[in-house]
Amino acid sequence: MSVEGALSGVCAVRPAEVQEDVDGVRPEVVARPVSTQETSALMRACSTHGLRVVVRGHGSKLAWGAPPERVDVVLETTGMDGLVEHSRGDLIATAGAGMPLARLQQQLGPHQLVVDDLASGRGRDGQGSTLGGAIATNLSGARRLWAGPLRDLVIGMRVVLADGTVAKAGGKVVKNVAGYDLAKLLTGSYGTLAVITEATVRLHPVPEATRWVRAPIPPSGLAPALRHVIDSQLVPHAVEVHATPAGEASVGVCFGGTADGTRARADTLAAELQEWAGGTVEVETVEDAETDDRPAPTSPLTDRPTLVRTTSRLSGIPELVAVATGHGMTVTGSAGVGVLRATLPEDTAAQAVAEAVQALRETSARLGGSTVVLDAPPSVKPRLDLWGPVPGLALMRRVKAEFDPGRLLAPGRFVGGL
Amino acid sequence: MTRTDHGSTTSALLEDLRGSLPPHTLVTDPSERDTYACDGLAAYRVRPGLVVLVDTAEQVATTVQACARHRVPFVARGSGTGLSGGALPHADGVLIVTSRLRTLHEVRAEDQRAVVDPGVINLEVSKAANPLGYYFAPDPSSQQICSIGGNVAENSGGAHCLKYGFTAGHVLSLDVVTPDGETVTLGTEAPDAPGYDLLGAFVGSEGTLGVATRATLRLTRLPEEVRTCLAGFASTDEAGGATSAIIADGIVPAAIEIMDALAIEAAEEAVSCGYPEGAGAVLVVELDGPAVEVAQELERVQRICADHGCFEFRAAEDAAERAEIWKGRKSAFAAVGRISPDYIVQDGVVPRTSLPEVLREMGRISRERGVRVANVFHAGDGNLHPLVLFDASEDGATERAEEVSGMILDLCIEHGGSITGEHGVGADKARYMPRMFSDEDLDTMQLVRCAFDPEHLANPGKIYPTPRMCGERPRLVHSADEAADPGAGALVF
Ligand SMILES: Cc1cc2nc3c(=O)[nH]c(=O)nc-3n(C[C@H](O)[C@H](O)[C@H](O)COP(=O)(O)OP(=O)(O)OC[C@H]3O[C@@H](n4cnc5c(N)ncnc54)[C@H](O)[C@@H]3O)c2cc1C
Repeated sequence: MSVEGALSGVCAVRPAEVQEDVDGVRPEVVARPVSTQETSALMRACSTHGLRVVVRGHGSKLAWGAPPERVDVVLETTGMDGLVEHSRGDLIATAGAGMPLARLQQQLGPHQLVVDDLASGRGRDGQGSTLGGAIATNLSGARRLWAGPLRDLVIGMRVVLADGTVAKAGGKVVKNVAGYDLAKLLTGSYGTLAVITEATVRLHPVPEATRWVRAPIPPSGLAPALRHVIDSQLVPHAVEVHATPAGEASVGVCFGGTADGTRARADTLAAELQEWAGGTVEVETVEDAETDDRPAPTSPLTDRPTLVRTTSRLSGIPELVAVATGHGMTVTGSAGVGVLRATLPEDTAAQAVAEAVQALRETSARLGGSTVVLDAPPSVKPRLDLWGPVPGLALMRRVKAEFDPGRLLAPGRFVGGL
Repeated sequence: MTRTDHGSTTSALLEDLRGSLPPHTLVTDPSERDTYACDGLAAYRVRPGLVVLVDTAEQVATTVQACARHRVPFVARGSGTGLSGGALPHADGVLIVTSRLRTLHEVRAEDQRAVVDPGVINLEVSKAANPLGYYFAPDPSSQQICSIGGNVAENSGGAHCLKYGFTAGHVLSLDVVTPDGETVTLGTEAPDAPGYDLLGAFVGSEGTLGVATRATLRLTRLPEEVRTCLAGFASTDEAGGATSAIIADGIVPAAIEIMDALAIEAAEEAVSCGYPEGAGAVLVVELDGPAVEVAQELERVQRICADHGCFEFRAAEDAAERAEIWKGRKSAFAAVGRISPDYIVQDGVVPRTSLPEVLREMGRISRERGVRVANVFHAGDGNLHPLVLFDASEDGATERAEEVSGMILDLCIEHGGSITGEHGVGADKARYMPRMFSDEDLDTMQLVRCAFDPEHLANPGKIYPTPRMCGERPRLVHSADEAADPGAGALVF
């Protein structure tokens, strides 16, 4: 039976187009369920027929991780894109997994889900990430220093397991310790454990005012300047570092709060940072607080650089930055949290990429962190160890085996070839 | 397996452990074992088959390995302050007590990290970090006695979790002895470790996925300014309205707590906290952060309280006055003992916006059933702690109190809330889980259990009313019925 035939009647299904490859692997069909029930019926049919499924939102990060071993069905979540609930007084919202992050933010008005879309403007039709895609990759940006990473903001989920079982995790109250926190387990699981069809997230009020202090800091001043910012009592919402292989580095610090308060704090910090600055320290008022105004990790939309996430303890960040830039990488990320993203241009030779990744991996491991290749050009990716050592991998295998014993969901995409 | 089988396996296990652990770690004397029969929820009592007072993390692994070999259940215990019977022992199992694992290995301000043993007391972490300008944010009211291992297992909260989040957001990495006796590290000192977030799944798993033997914690910078204020209202309705309005105004207080008339009465009797006379409810609001903004927020809070009918407002001017305001709130649980011989501490959550309605409903239930209910709660996150008062010596009073307690949980579920916000499910609330979750939901959670503990050796009988069969393996029933049955005696706290 053809794949289309096997899935007939469960939901909208069409043949996959040429450009719908999943990191070079050709799916047969694209299925677009419009509800959790349809998703369940679809997964039941897929499990009956042993069809391999990759979940896609807008596909902005579909290539992250390893290419799947095989894909029969791309399960597109865009048919589940509604805002189910926005309780203003409770600062929570529930939306379908296919809800675009950008639209979600618009609809939330004075509230926001504090997450910065690293893939803004990318993906299908340049629409950036969907909520489900952001959760599946645990997308977290600059302001996680303030609000926590996405894994701390997802308080509930509706999911469909590989065999079609529909289950709920968590709920719609922020404080809840009834049973295991499955939402955390599924956040960042790259669609390899279950299909997320709906999520409830914790919101934060958009601050009355947002200001960024931006200081050019020569590499030699990075350590003391960051140390100063991190140890201050000014309560920044973000502490970002940006550095290039050309030896330029800067620190960006975001303040949110009242107009007077943020001005006072920004001015104080700007004056203090002068001690290490190699140029003028700027204070900038951001009108649209939702924009994460770090430099985008990549410029042209078609561009596919090597994108690496590298982490360390806070005091290790300057060294990690130095190692990355020393290997020709551009680095940007949260020095206040200890998570950086480093990129190498698309045309970098595979050998050079592998060496840079190896150097970062050794350094980050020594500094209490890890280094993961999120994406790389097709000519480079097969030559890289994407994940490096993964503590607890044996347990992870057991978790995968329990949730998806038939390995239907994105087989091979995640750590250890799960 | 029958009970007697277990008895003999425990003795075989004991022989085994005698060969590998120092004698002083093994507690076999029945009356000594009795001192560990319950945690903070004293209504549930089971004398553990064997108690192991471990001195090292290796001894935890040795003990768990032996349990795995002999298929004997084990239960971890920290300070035993849990309020859901999570550390309730097994009559034929081993209780692994971590209270001697008390080393604070590192406190590093430059990394905002502390590395501690599981038996370290919550407050000790902050005490060690304070001189450097830092503290450990999760602050359960029991923080002077409860352990980090217990906090991790329960994902404990506290008054300040409204702003700073629960334990889960403050644990970066854990060394865990899994039920097969292996030691694994979950997470890294930096966030976003590769792979599944097993750390996130472990935190809050109530000792059912293994024993934490070391934790790397996030430390938080002490705020520049802290201001605490107290507002007196005629009713909880008004105080609840003020709470919603404060949050709607974009203020995120460090803490926002409400006590109702009965709770105030108890606190006055116990510690003479001097709360506004005639108050039907008091609201305690704490603001922290940069001094300028805290001052502005305090003005806004005062204005909002006035708009909502506050008849007396006090703002503490210094640490001593702050402590004075908190005294009543912090003593509330124990204080209720002054006005009632017995009481049940309930822990439910409702969406903040449902607070007024839920409180009215609770009042109605209380009147209809003739059972007094005092209310103390973390209003900011809708976490209620109704204290259901009764006198166990009165005929049927215990049953009535339990019934009211259950009705309150139903009320929370009806309003889209949870049966527990911070005390955990443990042995006490396993039977309520099906009211909140479907069979599919519960089975899905237990897939994690099956991955970690297919034999159901780690704290069996807790959280889930019906253990899921793992794979094709036969279901083991380790006298879980003990945990499900409160046994004789009233729910006396
Ligand atoms: C007066 C009072 C006030 C309280 N206030 C609060 C509050 O404000 N907020 C709040 O959240 N809680 C509160 N509690 C409940 C309790 O203090 C917390 O749940 C605390 O975290 C339990 O810590 P413990 O060391 O006493 O754990 P225990 O009671 O010993 O154990 C609790 C659970 O943790 C497991 N466990 C213990 N150590 C480990 C380990 N190393 N590895 C794996 N599992 C382990 C046990 O098996 C058990 O399931 C209060 C309790 C009291 C008595």
